[in-house]
Amino acid sequence: MSLNIVVLAKQVPDTRNVGKDAMKEDGTINRSALPAIFNPEDLNALEQALQLKETNPGSKITILTMGPPRAAEIIREALYRGADTGIVLTDRAFAGADTLATSYALSAAIRHIKDFDIIIGGRQAIDGDTAQVGPQVAEKLGLPQVTYAEEVKIENGKATIKRRLESGVETVEAPLPLVVTVNGSATPCRPRNARLLQKYKYAVTPSEKATLAPEKAKLVETREYLNLYEWSAAEVNADPEQIGLAGSPTKVKGIVNVVFQAKESKRIAGKDDAAIEDLVKDLIANHTIG
Amino acid sequence: MANFYTDNTDLKHHLYHPLMQKIVKLKERDYTDSEKYDYAPVNYEDAMDSYEKVLEIAGEISGEIVAPNAESVDHEGPHLVDGHVVYAEGTKQNLDALVKAGLMGISLPRRYNGLNFSLVPYIMAADMVSRADASFVNIWGLQDCAETIYEFANDEQRMRYLPRVCAGETMAMDLTEPDAGSDLQAVMLKATFNEADGTWRLNGVKRFITNGDGNIALVLARSEEGSTDGRGLSMFIYDKNDGGVTVRRIENKMGIKGSPTCELVFKNAKAELCGSRRMGLIKYVMALMNGARLGIAAQSVGVSEAAYREAYNYALERRQFGKAIIEFPAVAEILSTMKAKLDASRSLLYETTRAVDMYKTYEDIARERTLTPEERTEMKYYSKIADAFTPLAKGMGSEFCNQNAYDCVQVHGGSGFMKDYACERIYRDARITSIYEGTTQLQVVAAIRHVTTGTYLNKINEYAAESYAPELKPLQDKLAAMTELYATAVHKVTETKNTNYIDFHARRLVEMAGHIVMGYLLLSDATRCSDFTKSATVYVRYGEAEVNRHYKFITEFTESDQENYKY
Repeated sequence: MSLNIVVLAKQVPDTRNVGKDAMKEDGTINRSALPAIFNPEDLNALEQALQLKETNPGSKITILTMGPPRAAEIIREALYRGADTGIVLTDRAFAGADTLATSYALSAAIRHIKDFDIIIGGRQAIDGDTAQVGPQVAEKLGLPQVTYAEEVKIENGKATIKRRLESGVETVEAPLPLVVTVNGSATPCRPRNARLLQKYKYAVTPSEKATLAPEKAKLVETREYLNLYEWSAAEVNADPEQIGLAGSPTKVKGIVNVVFQAKESKRIAGKDDAAIEDLVKDLIANHTIG
Repeated sequence: MANFYTDNTDLKHHLYHPLMQKIVKLKERDYTDSEKYDYAPVNYEDAMDSYEKVLEIAGEISGEIVAPNAESVDHEGPHLVDGHVVYAEGTKQNLDALVKAGLMGISLPRRYNGLNFSLVPYIMAADMVSRADASFVNIWGLQDCAETIYEFANDEQRMRYLPRVCAGETMAMDLTEPDAGSDLQAVMLKATFNEADGTWRLNGVKRFITNGDGNIALVLARSEEGSTDGRGLSMFIYDKNDGGVTVRRIENKMGIKGSPTCELVFKNAKAELCGSRRMGLIKYVMALMNGARLGIAAQSVGVSEAAYREAYNYALERRQFGKAIIEFPAVAEILSTMKAKLDASRSLLYETTRAVDMYKTYEDIARERTLTPEERTEMKYYSKIADAFTPLAKGMGSEFCNQNAYDCVQVHGGSGFMKDYACERIYRDARITSIYEGTTQLQVVAAIRHVTTGTYLNKINEYAAESYAPELKPLQDKLAAMTELYATAVHKVTETKNTNYIDFHARRLVEMAGHIVMGYLLLSDATRCSDFTKSATVYVRYGEAEVNRHYKFITEFTESDQENYKY
């Protein structure tokens, strides 16, 4: 069966490549010093969506991202990998949102999309590391949710999902529609495809289109698939009280720089096998290994 | 996030060579494909933007997947299961990524699902993949063979095979046999036409076949019973799906261990004729080899790049006598010379690639319409340059690659001799580049006629007439002086009219031409971008010393001196 798949994705600062300018003096992130990237686990989610599209011909993948207008960049990144279209949920009123306000806004947008069979997102974003948005979206939409997914399959209108848990792998079944969050241990996302890149490189949102040179704007006019969507709070009928700062109960009280350092050390005497065994037992006991 | 395109601005410099405007326009037939294909460019800027973006994909895969896999691929290698090759795990991942990225059939026309790219970005991708893992480029780069099917097979065969290559099936060219290596006229693999079912059948053995278990192979076989020379050989297409060929063994090699080098046994294997009978060696293999030689030139440059980077990074980090070893003049000179040779061979690689691209694109256009006299003249001009520069780029590029690999180990000192650093793999991988697809000595055989007929000198004079940045004048003067020495040496050798004597000095003469050509190319690079000034200076000085050395050797040598070199 063909599916309408919504992939939740976020453009994030690349916190994995943090240079010395990454933090401002007040302890907040200096976004201009960090490249903006496709949140890594959202790419794992996209790969699951692409595999579902392959096994369910005729399926359509829509990328939904909330952020500033430039977040359209990650929609193009997704199009180059096989997604079909995308929506940037953008509005000054969304600014300053915590996970509650974010999930409210996303769920309002998903309701506005109307037709969806499965909503897939990454487990968490590398800027906040909360892993709350996916589950909250599911709650707000009143949908079942499966988290820590490594593999998603859909047959006969039912999803079978492998979950990566601390103790092993659990396989669960779930009805559609459904929200799934995907773990970073799932299959890495496929590379951008040369042909799709050339097809979609001029895909733009309405605000980007306004800045295009006339001949490119003309190309966008004549090719429907190059038109991405940009939705405001009003367009998705979001309650102003539940979005942005107003809708965010979480307030940042203060930020402290934490420098990790070893507080204690332990010396294990001896050079024989028994000493090594003691060391290994200690390491297992404090969860350094195993 | 390693990206071998964005971390190497030299590539972008070569991509944006002024001649590209013409190449792309011809290749895109004035951008008419954009009406039929949603991924075709609408103009030059659009095409170049696509080239760059696609090279970023290739660069990312090279840096993020192929390079990190190189060590495990080198250790694991391919293995043989039931007469067929199973790639190393890393090789499978590399191939899967490049196939999914749509980087197969890069330069094939769109009607076969290719990208219809100029040869320049294709060779650039090969340059990057080689830097990541020289063994892998052999498997991926054999998509070159599709060019031969495109050029010489019939329409129906093209439609059947080319989309499969674009979809990711790999290829092989089955030429060498136990008794037919450099001398392919001795090929014995037998092709017989079976009247009963109207098919050709192949029987015999092939040896040293890179990716011998590839999906689609071009096979050189003896179709004319009783013949003994090259005129009895034809080219065949073997489809692995039809069966009949098994891999008897995979060679255990010094380097490029990830690339399966196979001994193949053909047992009544069904095959189909590609092009005309008897033209196999005379026409098709020559075309195939020229493409393959350009590929090895790219591989050489990529490996050179890897060697230079490994050496440079090590020299920065390694401290002795209280400072980084890069601060010692002896080490710094090695590194500067490595970089100069790398830059020189890369400039020659892309100069050659552009010439090949120009004449091949004209040839292709000639299949659709008659060329104008000006176009025909231009096609002939570039065809000649391509013919003259391909053996130069392969021959000298692969020698520089070996020298850089040697120096890379040297900079590492004792550590370089251990298996702990990438340099030892690079050293082993580099070694084959000056051997296969024609040894350096055979490149000289192909190049020497361009010494004797004046192709190089004419081209050098064209370069000399171009304008360069004023501050490069001293280098230009040196190159002019080197050219005089070259012309004198050529005259002194050729006036003997003694072929054996010309052969004896051939490598020296070809190298002299090569140093001058690469010197001018670097001047041109430095004129467009001052980053190349250092390499231009170092290289011209190095080339000058080499040219002087050869000049002295040749001018102080007489025909009778050759007696000391005979057996």
